[in-house]
Amino acid sequence: MLLITCPWCGPRNETEYHYGGQAHVPHPESPADLTDEQWAEYVFYRDNPKGPFAERWMHSVGCRRWFNVLRDTATHEVLTSYRLDEPRPGGNR
Amino acid sequence: MTAEPLPEHPDFLWRNPDPERSYDVVIVGAGGHGLATAYYLAKNHGITNVAVLEKGWLAGGNMARNTTIIRSNYLWDESAAIYEHALKLWERLPEELEYDFLFSQRGVLNLAHTLQDVREGVRRVNANRLNGVDAEWLEPDEVAKVCPILNVSSRTRYPVLGGTFQPRAGIAKHDHVAWALARRADELGVDLIQGCEVTGFLKDGDRVVGVDTNRGRIHAGRVGLAAAGHSSVLAERAGVRLPVQSHPLQALVSELHEPVHPTVVMSNHVHVYVSQAHKGELVMGAGVDSYNGYGQRGSFHVIEQQMAAAVELFPIFARAHVLRTWGGIVDVTPDASPIIGSTPVENLYVNCGWGTGGFKATPAAGWTFAHTIATGEPHPLNAPFALDRFTTGALIDEHGAAAVAH
Ligand SMILES: Cc1cc2nc3c(=O)[nH]c(=O)nc-3n(C[C@H](O)[C@H](O)[C@H](O)COP(=O)(O)OP(=O)(O)OC[C@H]3O[C@@H](n4cnc5c(N)ncnc54)[C@H](O)[C@@H]3O)c2cc1C
Ligand SMILES: [Zn+2]
Repeated sequence: MLLITCPWCGPRNETEYHYGGQAHVPHPESPADLTDEQWAEYVFYRDNPKGPFAERWMHSVGCRRWFNVLRDTATHEVLTSYRLDEPRPGGNR
Repeated sequence: MTAEPLPEHPDFLWRNPDPERSYDVVIVGAGGHGLATAYYLAKNHGITNVAVLEKGWLAGGNMARNTTIIRSNYLWDESAAIYEHALKLWERLPEELEYDFLFSQRGVLNLAHTLQDVREGVRRVNANRLNGVDAEWLEPDEVAKVCPILNVSSRTRYPVLGGTFQPRAGIAKHDHVAWALARRADELGVDLIQGCEVTGFLKDGDRVVGVDTNRGRIHAGRVGLAAAGHSSVLAERAGVRLPVQSHPLQALVSELHEPVHPTVVMSNHVHVYVSQAHKGELVMGAGVDSYNGYGQRGSFHVIEQQMAAAVELFPIFARAHVLRTWGGIVDVTPDASPIIGSTPVENLYVNCGWGTGGFKATPAAGWTFAHTIATGEPHPLNAPFALDRFTTGALIDEHGAAAVAH
């Protein structure tokens, strides 16, 4: 079981949270201008790295707030967690 | 009922050749899908200058870890067609491969616990029949006749309100399936090369011309990826992005018991599925972990929930001991259907995204992937499963529609 730290409530068990997939996927600025390929990219394509991954979690049975977690998908190590308005620690890769 | 004896192991099944410098076709991944692809390349298309490269040992990935449920009761026409093709191939494969891998058509029950489940199940039975797939709707008393140890009383938390039943569905001995395919592919001239990890791709412009491996560079006319949970990691090295997410999926077995469980029972709502292996272990699985992962182990709370569901459905399991748990890495697509076809890189083909349910498809995946690689064109059965469906929007949305994962 993962031990994940909510930026507001502190470390809690994985079962208190809901997973939200990849973080830092911005909504297109002018959706009407996108090609079908760009729409497909936005809607269906996400990174799937074997290693550090920035992802969203929600503290569903606690404060119910979304935040980001940097986690290593190969080792299960939770590297850090940070608020949505904070940049990904250590840059983008 | 008595336990069926296991088939004898033939002592010698395939050669262990060193890789040649070049092949007509290189398949990456010696799971069931890679092996079936090589077998049908040789048998259906006469292409025998083929290597199957496996980073670990033959069929040691998800092929060795799955709960072996085989069925074809999928909702949508495209899925019903490919899974039913697989089931028909399963029905003749033991004879064709001259290897009894204990394909046991003991039926699969998919239970309904809510009114919505009931409606969805009845709809799926009708859809299955229209597609020539055997399916029946059973009321709770009929469910109890198929599987007498199931608790169908109305006094449980999620009472059994009925279920769909596919009598031709069942299970098979997964390791033996792999060995049967491997032996025949080897006999037809295919090189099965274990301990050979593909680390990169050789490209000539937009065309793939070979692979880099820990055992040297291997040239190839065409390359087919059948790497299950690692497909996207691998495809990225060829410059191809795949819409798949890899998740841990777990299963477990109990110690051996007398034969008590005559069929396969799956429940979407309380999320457990159970069968009894030929030797007597209860084999159980549940859902994937919600998060992406490659660690080959999943969360303990998933096992706790699956055991709670199992004990409520089968009160006689309350004192059974868990002997072993394990995890595999499965690749899930946005519409829960596989991708079989060409990629933006010429001569590079991909078979992936089978998620939690690709074992049952093994022969059809191999049949259609071999056709696609051999001819450069999709077979009618895999044409709808092309990568471009995520751009055209012609999705085959089996999430939930197909009755539970697997
Ligand atoms: C716990 C669990 C239960 C399941 N239950 C069922 C079920 O009941 N019914 C069902 O239909 N399906 C089930 N599945 C799904 C099924 O196992 C998979 O969909 C199917 O096995 C995938 O195809 P495969 O057999 O080729 O994959 P695998 O056997 O995983 O083959 C892929 C191979 O590629 C190799 N590979 C990866 N990267 C490289 C590389 N770079 N170089 C060389 N080789 C590489 C791997 O080592 C592996 O051997 C289950 C899966 C799991 C994990
Ligand atoms: Zn919180």
